[in-house]
Amino acid sequence: MLTVTDLNVWFGYPPDRVDAVKAASFTVAQGESFGLVGESGSGKSTILRAITGLIDTWSGQIEVAGQAVAGRKRDRAFHKTVQMVFQDPYASLHPRHSVDRVLSETLKLQGMDDIDGRISRLLNDVGLGKGFRFRYPHQLSGGQRQRVAIARALAAEPKLLLLDEPTSALDVSVQAEILNLLTDLRAEHGLTYVMVSHDLAVVGHMCDRLAVMRGGRIEEIMTVDQLRHAGATQDYTRHLIAASAGYERS
Amino acid sequence: MTTALLSVQNLRVTFPTRQGAFQAVRGVSFDLGRERLGVVGESGSGKSMTGRAILGLVRPPGRVTADRLTLGDQSILNLPERQMRAIRGNRISMVMQDPKFSLNPVMRIGDQIIEAYRLHAGGGRDAARQKALDMLRAVQIRDPERVMGAYPHEVSGGMGQRIMIAMMLAPDPEILIADEPTSALDVSVRTEVLNIMDGLVRDRGMGLIFISHDLNLVAQFCDRVLIMYAGRVVETLAAKDLHNARHPYTQGLLNSLPRLDHPVERLAVLQRQDSWRDVPLQTDLPGGL
Repeated sequence: MLTVTDLNVWFGYPPDRVDAVKAASFTVAQGESFGLVGESGSGKSTILRAITGLIDTWSGQIEVAGQAVAGRKRDRAFHKTVQMVFQDPYASLHPRHSVDRVLSETLKLQGMDDIDGRISRLLNDVGLGKGFRFRYPHQLSGGQRQRVAIARALAAEPKLLLLDEPTSALDVSVQAEILNLLTDLRAEHGLTYVMVSHDLAVVGHMCDRLAVMRGGRIEEIMTVDQLRHAGATQDYTRHLIAASAGYERS
Repeated sequence: MTTALLSVQNLRVTFPTRQGAFQAVRGVSFDLGRERLGVVGESGSGKSMTGRAILGLVRPPGRVTADRLTLGDQSILNLPERQMRAIRGNRISMVMQDPKFSLNPVMRIGDQIIEAYRLHAGGGRDAARQKALDMLRAVQIRDPERVMGAYPHEVSGGMGQRIMIAMMLAPDPEILIADEPTSALDVSVRTEVLNIMDGLVRDRGMGLIFISHDLNLVAQFCDRVLIMYAGRVVETLAAKDLHNARHPYTQGLLNSLPRLDHPVERLAVLQRQDSWRDVPLQTDLPGGL
C-alpha cells in the first residue's frame, strides 16, 4: 500500500540546513496498521507531511498503491487514496465553517454525488447524529471535533489514512472512544493506517508493527508483540519503553 | 499527618453566565502537609481552577469563596492584591503547563530568573545572579552560564520547564503548585523533570500539589491523590491504592487507558452518570481529607 525508500527530508539551506528525516525506509501492507513513534523532533510527523505533499524538500522514493509520487504535486487519484487526520482538532477545523460546510466542501472537491446523503452517512459512521450537522466547531467538544475531522478524511473514501497524533489533545476517556472508533472504521472500510504517536501504549493498542524514530532516523522496526515482550533490540527503544512505563521513584 | 501547610475547606469558584451562576469548583476540601498531593481529573473537572483559586489567580467576574483557606495560620482567602503578591511566589509558587507560554520571549532567561528572585528576596544583582546560577544547577542544567544568556526560543521544551522550576524555587516557597508540568514534554524528558521535582520536594520539605490528567503517572509519583469530577472531589486515596479505586469514575478512567502489558480488543469507554456530580465523597484515609 505504502512504500517509503531512503526518504530524506530537510528544511532550510546550508549552513542552516536541518535534516529532519534521514534515510527512512519502511513498507506498509494493505490493511495493516503501522505506527511511528519517537520524541518530538524525531521526524515522525515530517514523514507524513512528505507523503501527503505538504513538504517539497525531500528525496527518495514514496510509492502509494503502486504509484510513485514526486515533489509537492499530488493528483486527484492520490487524494482519493490517502487522507490525513491532524493532531489538534481545535486547529484543524475552520472556526467559521459549520460541520455541514466542512464536509460538503470536501465532497464537492472529490467530485462526489449525493452529497446530502453522504454527509448523513459520514456523520453516522463517526458516531455523530444528525443534530451535529449544522453546528460550528465551537459548539463541539474536543472529541466531537476529532470525529468531524475523521469524517472529513473519510469523505474521500480513502484506502490509506495518515493519523498524526489523533488523540494526544484529548482526555483519556475521550481518547478511548476515538481509538475504538478508528478500530471499527478500519474493520468496516478495510482501511490501512499509518499512525504517528509519542504514546507507546496507544500505538501498541492500535498497530500491528511500528517504527521507532530518533533524530530523524528509524532506529528499529518491530512488531507490537516484540514491543510487549521486551523484544526491542536497540538501547534507545528499551529506554523509551522504560520511560513510558511511568515514573520509578528513586 | 504532620501539621497542614495549607488547609482548604469547602472551596468554591463561581462564574456568572447568562444561564446563571456556574460553579467550576464546588466545595473542594483538603489539607496539604509536607507531601506530594496529586489532583487528577479530565479537562473541565476544575483541577486547574482549584490551583488558581489557592493562589488568588481567579479573575473577576469569577468569585472564590471558602469556609477556610489558610496557609499556616494565615487566611489567604481573597486577600488584597498587594498582600497576595507577597505570598505568591514567596510562599506558594506555581509551575504552569507549557514553558513556551510562561517565559517572556523577549527577555534573556538569566534576567528573568534574577528579576523574579529579587522581587521576592531583594538583594543585589550579583547575589541574585549567583543564586540564579545555583538554581539552574539544582535543576541539572549543565551549562548554566550559556543558558542564562539565552532567550526562551533557544532552549528545548524540557529545558524550558526546568528553567521555570528553577525560577519558582529560587525564593524557597513552602508550597509548589505544578499544573500539568510534564504534559508538554516527551516521556524521557518527563522522567528527568519529575526526578528534579521529587528531589527538591524531599530535600526542602515542600508541599507539592501536582495537577495532572495522567492517572498512572500521579499514582507513581505522588503520595496521595484527589480525583475530581465536575468541580468536586469524588474520591481520595493513597496513591499506591489507586488501582483499587472504588469510585466508578476513577475505575472508568483507569480502564480507558490502553496498556502495553495488557492488550485488549476494545478499550472500555467511560459511562458517565449524573449521580457522580453529587454523591458524597468516599474516603478510606485515616483523618479523612
